[in-house]
Amino acid sequence: MAEQAAKPSSQKEPIKASELDPKWKYELQKLHGAEGLMRCFQCGTCTSDCPVARFTDNYRPRTLIHMAQLGLKDRVLKSDTLWLCSACFTCTDRCPQDVEVASVIRVFRNQAAESGCVPQVFRDQAQSLIETGYAFKIPELRLKKRESQGLPPLPKGNPESVRKVLKGVKFFEPKQEPIPNEQQ
Amino acid sequence: MNSNRYLIFLGCSTPYRVSSYEISSRKVLAKLGVELVEMPEFNCCGLPFDPVSHETMLILAAKNLALAEKEGLNILTLCPGCAGTLRKVNRILKEDKTQRDMVNSHLKEADLEFKGTVETKHLLQLLKEDVGIEKIKASVTNPLTALKVAEHNGCHLLRPKEYFDFDDPEDPETLNALIEATGATCLDYIDETECCGAPSVGVSDKVALQLARDKLNHIKMVDAQALITVCPFCHIMYDTNELRIEKTFNEVYGIPIIHYPQLLGLAMGLTPEELAFGDLRVNPQKVINLAQGAHINHE
Ligand code: SF4
Ligand code: SF4
Repeated sequence: MAEQAAKPSSQKEPIKASELDPKWKYELQKLHGAEGLMRCFQCGTCTSDCPVARFTDNYRPRTLIHMAQLGLKDRVLKSDTLWLCSACFTCTDRCPQDVEVASVIRVFRNQAAESGCVPQVFRDQAQSLIETGYAFKIPELRLKKRESQGLPPLPKGNPESVRKVLKGVKFFEPKQEPIPNEQQ
Repeated sequence: MNSNRYLIFLGCSTPYRVSSYEISSRKVLAKLGVELVEMPEFNCCGLPFDPVSHETMLILAAKNLALAEKEGLNILTLCPGCAGTLRKVNRILKEDKTQRDMVNSHLKEADLEFKGTVETKHLLQLLKEDVGIEKIKASVTNPLTALKVAEHNGCHLLRPKEYFDFDDPEDPETLNALIEATGATCLDYIDETECCGAPSVGVSDKVALQLARDKLNHIKMVDAQALITVCPFCHIMYDTNELRIEKTFNEVYGIPIIHYPQLLGLAMGLTPEELAFGDLRVNPQKVINLAQGAHINHE
């Protein structure tokens, strides 16, 4: 599982015409958040203001947007840097072309995740969600401690109803079917 | 929608790892006359799942909103991520019928329906709009005039601007004003609105720690005695990792990371024990001493 998320980037290899998917950008433009993709005129505001780009040479939001415009679908979706974005939304607020940059990146990630390319931390959270209704498994001891801290009991996570409403959502099926021994 | 009665939405990370934030928030809100009603049940707000499945995020947020609608009360959150998500989804679903129908077809499985009848506020927005700075000032019995601190808003309280319009994302004022209301000085520093790095933990700890270090360096530069946060994730990022950052990068900070309601609580005369200061990893004693000695020094 781990190697899926950590596939080495092949961005440095020469681009072959055969790897372009010229229709991908139109598919992306129909997805919620990525509507503005083609408005990007490569000014570089997003990259220059991106806090993550400041601390790594590999992550560049402008480059990812450009690659999508060119149709480099596989390279974008398998890029090991795609998951570095911290979703701070600085790029979205500052893009002069109103490209919702952070949302476009989220659309890339959603597509990568659908093809099974996702860092382990997200799988752990998904597992916790369908088992407890919360994104983290809150230890029993901590729940008990609330009382001694003068806090009211934590409202139930109701994982059963969470599983019901997530029925049919691709990311949760079929790999992560109902889990026995739920904890509420 | 200003009111003094709210349904409190705790989210996952505060009860999981940051009880001190919940304890201190409840204490100061009670003092300010804000009544909190517990949710009958809740689930993750949805934000952590947006990266892998936008659809999941929409459904989870809408489920929480539908639960709150049944109670007929507006929502208060302590976590900016939860607030941002619930506000954003509320608006998306109210404006976009296709998305609303999609989400409601899922909620139907649990006999719920999103109608769009409740609003969500984060603690900071409630303190500013519903309680008001003047009332907060009036609640201060122990002005913290000896304290000089720095603020950290956190991204999701400010951005994207489109969904969070109660402050200026480039030059926010609310937290600053709330800090000054306690009598403390709020210092300016470089890149105040920069991300803490928490979302990158688990993907690249190295990048995450470097982001946190950057901020701590800027705060140290202006000699802040503490960093004030209003987000459970930002708090974990700095409080839990400060020591690790000091070791990894050979830095020295010793800057306590304090929840805003803890700071306000001290100014209201609540004790450090009542405000769960003992839960903090970076020793806050220096700040407590300055806070408690402040009125004596100025007599
Ligand atoms: S800021 Fe907007 S227009 Fe400029 S490169 Fe980034 S996405 Fe393109
Ligand atoms: S949202 Fe992501 S890409 Fe945009 S500035 Fe923040 S970290 Fe960079």
